[in-house]
Amino acid sequence: MEFLISIWEMLPVTVQILMKIVALVLPLMLGVAYLTLAERKVIGYMQVRVGPNRVGFKGILQPIADALKLLMKEIVIPNPANRYLFIIAPVMSIMPALAAWAVIPFDEGMVIANINAGLLYVLALTSLGVYGVIIAGWASNSKYALLGALRSAAQVVSYEIAMGFALVGVILAAGSLNLTDIVQGQSGSALHWYWLPLLPLFVIYFIAGVAETNRAPFDIAEGESEIVAGFHVDYSGMAFAIFFLAEYANMILISALAALMFLGGWLSPFQGTPLESVFSFVPPFMWLLAKTSFFLFCFLWFRATFPRYRYDQIMRLGWKVFIPITIFWLLVVAFCVVNKMPIWFDGKGA
Amino acid sequence: MIKQYLGSLFLIELLKGLKLTGKYFFAKKFTIMYPEEKTPISNRFRGRHALRRYPNGEERCIACKLCEAVCPALAITIEAEPRDDGTRRTTKYEIDLFKCIFCGFCEESCPVDSIVETNIFEYHYEQRGEQIMDKTKLLQFGDDYEAQLAQDRTLDAQYR
Repeated sequence: MEFLISIWEMLPVTVQILMKIVALVLPLMLGVAYLTLAERKVIGYMQVRVGPNRVGFKGILQPIADALKLLMKEIVIPNPANRYLFIIAPVMSIMPALAAWAVIPFDEGMVIANINAGLLYVLALTSLGVYGVIIAGWASNSKYALLGALRSAAQVVSYEIAMGFALVGVILAAGSLNLTDIVQGQSGSALHWYWLPLLPLFVIYFIAGVAETNRAPFDIAEGESEIVAGFHVDYSGMAFAIFFLAEYANMILISALAALMFLGGWLSPFQGTPLESVFSFVPPFMWLLAKTSFFLFCFLWFRATFPRYRYDQIMRLGWKVFIPITIFWLLVVAFCVVNKMPIWFDGKGA
Repeated sequence: MIKQYLGSLFLIELLKGLKLTGKYFFAKKFTIMYPEEKTPISNRFRGRHALRRYPNGEERCIACKLCEAVCPALAITIEAEPRDDGTRRTTKYEIDLFKCIFCGFCEESCPVDSIVETNIFEYHYEQRGEQIMDKTKLLQFGDDYEAQLAQDRTLDAQYR
């Protein structure tokens, strides 16, 4: 073990960082692949059928088969399309979805870049994702793609505001932008986590997150019944797969962030109870994984349950409901923080 | 008014929906694993066609061409001539299964129960033209599935 550590320390910093990135991105991609299977399975189960179960044992190899199929397929570039932007668009959409993971801590110190403005960085990068969608819609030179891109842009911009305000609430409560500090600020017990004092912000953050990732019931950007597939209607093969990867990577990111900011990240839910020692054998990042999985299940659950929102309903919800509620709750949180209200804001938790 | 407002604010209806799908998540699944499990087939099932024979081996078809006339998809082609023993028989009896809509009119119209539809629905073609069922093929199917065909017709007879 010490031998391995000494080898690790001998490596140049760039190589160390590269290895960390590989160690993060590979499991992430695997997670994305299996999230697609989980989605089909969960939605299938909710529709009283069994979902894919032919490839491998109970369909366990289905994502591999899907990936192979997409790799083999031709990437069709339509004649009227802008070739360069058409190819760049999927790259633009997956880049922020992966880059944002740099600041996500999996455990105390288990993070690629433990920067102070972590949350700001995440907010900035998740907003960048919409450029991929806009460019894809514009470069395709097709009316459906353009409509999808316009809808998506309007929606993401609207919900960004509510989401940003929800994050401001977290920042107020934790007094820090660093994600590790935010998780530390929630230590104590499951009741010390921010989901309780910031409940409205928590709910709004997650709903806005669903809208940000263009998932059902906010998937008007794709809206297959009206505009075929929206912005990626002209994409095929691997270029389409990249959009798919980006969407699912974003879902995992939103879920991981929700777990970090509102459900205490890697902190054990049994902290401060007699059960804490019983579950002490569980490595902390497993708790983060479990909480993230819960949110991911909610994503799929929503998709299996809700019909798509109408465009004007989405705008109304974003501007006239979410933003007023978040602003009001921000004032409440600010009041509590100033008066050092126990048990969350008296400074003893951290 | 206030109640409705609060109801939508706290997402009551949405939570009800989630509860319902959550319940069905654990419900027993209806899926039938097709190649391994199969649904029961009615004895009136209309699958691929066959031409039957009498027990003495004589073909039933008398080339009356009623099936050809009734066929709404014009899928049946018949040519007929008197046979050496003076009976009227088909020289050509073809069904194009790409045109056929499996309505069962041919079977209904047949005065001698010659053209019938079997309950075979799992078949495929690999070559162009294979979908045209000629007389030899149809008689062969009739010979192969005679037991099943006779049984289906006896069971159905009581409802006719």
